[in-house]
Amino acid sequence: MKTPRISSWFGRGQLAAPPDIASATLRSDRFRLEREGDWRRLETIINRMERGGLRRIADDDLLALPTLYRTAASSLAVARETSLDAATLAYLEALVQRAWFQVYGPRQGFARWLRDFLLGGWSRAVREIWLDICIALFVMVSGTVVGWLLVAQNEEWYYRLVPGGLADDRVPGASREQLLATLGAEENAVGLSSFAAQLFSNNSAVSILAFALGFAFGIPSLMLLVHNTAMLGALLWLFASQGLLVELAAWLSVHGTTELLGILLAGAAGLHIGRAMAFPGTRPVLDAAAEAGRRGAVVMVGVVIMMIVAAFLEAFPRQLVDGAGSRFMIGGAMLVFWLSYFVLYRPRRIAESAG
Amino acid sequence: MSAAARAPNTDKRARTLVTPEGIVLPIMLASRGSRAGALILDVMIIMFGLLAFYLVLIWIARGLLDGTGLDPAAAPRGAQEFMQILLALIGFFTWYGYFLVQELGPRGATLGKRITGIRVAARGGGRLTPEAVIARNLLRDIEVFYPLIALLVLAVMNDANEDAGPLGWVMTAWFALFLLFPFFNRDALRAGDIIAGTWVVERPRAKLADVLSAQGAAGARGASAITGVRYAFGEAELAVYGEKELQTLERMLRDAQPDALAAVHTAICRKIGWEPGSGDERAFLEAFYAQLRAKLEGDMRFGKRKADKFS
Repeated sequence: MKTPRISSWFGRGQLAAPPDIASATLRSDRFRLEREGDWRRLETIINRMERGGLRRIADDDLLALPTLYRTAASSLAVARETSLDAATLAYLEALVQRAWFQVYGPRQGFARWLRDFLLGGWSRAVREIWLDICIALFVMVSGTVVGWLLVAQNEEWYYRLVPGGLADDRVPGASREQLLATLGAEENAVGLSSFAAQLFSNNSAVSILAFALGFAFGIPSLMLLVHNTAMLGALLWLFASQGLLVELAAWLSVHGTTELLGILLAGAAGLHIGRAMAFPGTRPVLDAAAEAGRRGAVVMVGVVIMMIVAAFLEAFPRQLVDGAGSRFMIGGAMLVFWLSYFVLYRPRRIAESAG
Repeated sequence: MSAAARAPNTDKRARTLVTPEGIVLPIMLASRGSRAGALILDVMIIMFGLLAFYLVLIWIARGLLDGTGLDPAAAPRGAQEFMQILLALIGFFTWYGYFLVQELGPRGATLGKRITGIRVAARGGGRLTPEAVIARNLLRDIEVFYPLIALLVLAVMNDANEDAGPLGWVMTAWFALFLLFPFFNRDALRAGDIIAGTWVVERPRAKLADVLSAQGAAGARGASAITGVRYAFGEAELAVYGEKELQTLERMLRDAQPDALAAVHTAICRKIGWEPGSGDERAFLEAFYAQLRAKLEGDMRFGKRKADKFS
C-alpha cells in the first residue's frame, strides 16, 4: 500500500521531482505537470520578495516576474474550466493572490514616499483641502473672539477656559509686572530641550486627536478647535487688560505661527473627512471617506513635522530671545516660510508611474 | 458550485477580487479574533521592546551617574536632558514607525499580523498606498488607546477619591463604540479601515500537492500494486457521483487514515452495487477517483457539469 508522502508536503526547500508527464493519466494533470516548473519558480521569487525586498533577487527573476504572474493567472483561468483537482486549484488561487500582492503591491517604501511627500506631495495635499482650511480658520477666529468676550463679561470664565497647569501667575487680577515676568526670557537653555520634547508629544497628540475626531462628521474636530482657541482668547484678554497685548502677541508668535497653523491644518484635515462622509456627493460613502482620509493623512504627517518645529521654537527661541521686535521677526519669518511653501511651492507632479 | 460546498461560517467572510487581468480571485477576510490577537501581540512587542531598551538606557545612565561620584545632582544636566528627549522621541517614533514601516513592506503586515496569518490590503483590489497605511494607523489611537489611557487616568483619580462625574461613562461608551465597530458592518472594518479604504485579509498558504492521478492505482490505469487486480468502472457506476463527492474523495486520499479510507470504500461499494472486499481499499479508491475525474472532466469540456450526486 502506498502511503502519502508527508515529507514532501511539509519539507522545506527540497522538492520531490515531479512525476514525468507521460505517467499522468488525466489530461488536466498533464496540463499541470507541464506548467508546474513555472509556478514553482514564481513561488520561490514571491517567497524571497516577501522575506526581504527586491535586492536579493536576481535580475532575470525580476524581469520574469510579470510574465510568470500572467502565466500563473492564465493557468488558473484554464484550470478552473478543465480541472477538478481541488488541491491544485487552491494552490493556484493562493499563488496568484500572493503574486498579485507583489506585482500590484506598494511600489514605494517609506523613505521614498517621504521624499516625494516633502518635494510637493505635502503642499499639494494642503492646497486640495483649501475649503476646509477656510472653515477651520473661521472657527478658530470665532473661537478666539468668543473666548475673549466670555472672559470680558465674566472673569469666572477664565478659570474654566484655561487649565490650571498653564495658568500659574497668569490669572485675572495679576499685576502688570507679574504678567510681564511670565513673558521674559530664561537665562540659559538648561531644561528647555526636554521641555521641547514634552511639548512636541503633547501638541502632536492634540492635533492627531483633532484629525481623528473628524470621523464623527467633523463636529468634534471643530469643538476641539473652539476649545483651544477660546483659551487663547481668554489669555489675550488677560494681557490686554494690563496693556500687554503686543508683548503677548510677540511671545506667542515665535512658535504660535507654526503651531496654530499646524492645529488649523489638523482640524481642517479632520473636517475634510467629516465633510466627505456627510456629503459624499455621487460617490459611495465608503469611497468618499477613504479618498478624504488618504488626503488627510498626508496633511497630518506634515502637521507632525510642524509640531516638531513648533516645539523647538517654543523651547529655545521663545524662552531665550527677548524683545517684541525680534520675536515678531522669528514668528513672521516662520509664517512666511510656511505660507510660501504651501501656496507658492508647486513643483510639477512626478510622473504617475511613481505612485 | 465550490462556494456552495464550503462550510457556511467561512462563506460569510469570503469575498472576491478581480485582478487587472480579469481573473476572479477568492479572498478571505480576516476574522475579528485574529485581528484582535494581532493587535495584542503588536502592542506587547512594542511594550517589551521599549521596556528592554529603556532598561538598557537606564543601566548606561547609571554608569553616567557613577562617574560623577554617585551624586545625581552632580551629574551633567545636559546628559540627563539628552536622555529624556531620547526617551520621548524614541517612544513616539517606535509607536508609529512600527506599524507604518512594516505595513508598507512587501508583506503588508506587522509582526503580530504575520504570526496570525493576516495582512492589510486595499479594499476593492487597488494598490495599497502609504497614505492609506498612515490614515489607518492614526485612527487606531482614538479607537483604542486614547479612551484606554483616559479610563486608566480616571481609575487612578477615582482611587484618589476625586469625582470624575459622567466622564467615565462617556469614555467607556466611546471605547465600546469603536471596539464594537467591526461587528456592525459586513466587512469587519474598523473606523481606521473606513477612513483609509483598506481591509484585512487572510494570507493564503497552500503547498502544491502531489499529482494524484500519477501515483498508485490511478497511475497504473486502475491496476492494484498489491493484488494486481485491474479496477474498471462502467458508465453507470461512475454516474452516481458529482464534483462535490470527487473533491471529498480527493481530500480523503490526500490525508485520511487507512480506517477512514476503508469506511469510504465500503460506502462507495454499496452505492455502486459492488461487493466490498478488504485489504486493497486504497488502490480501489485511487482507481475510482481517477476514472470518476476523467469522466467528469471529459463532460466538463463539453460544458456538462455535475455539481453533486443529487444533480
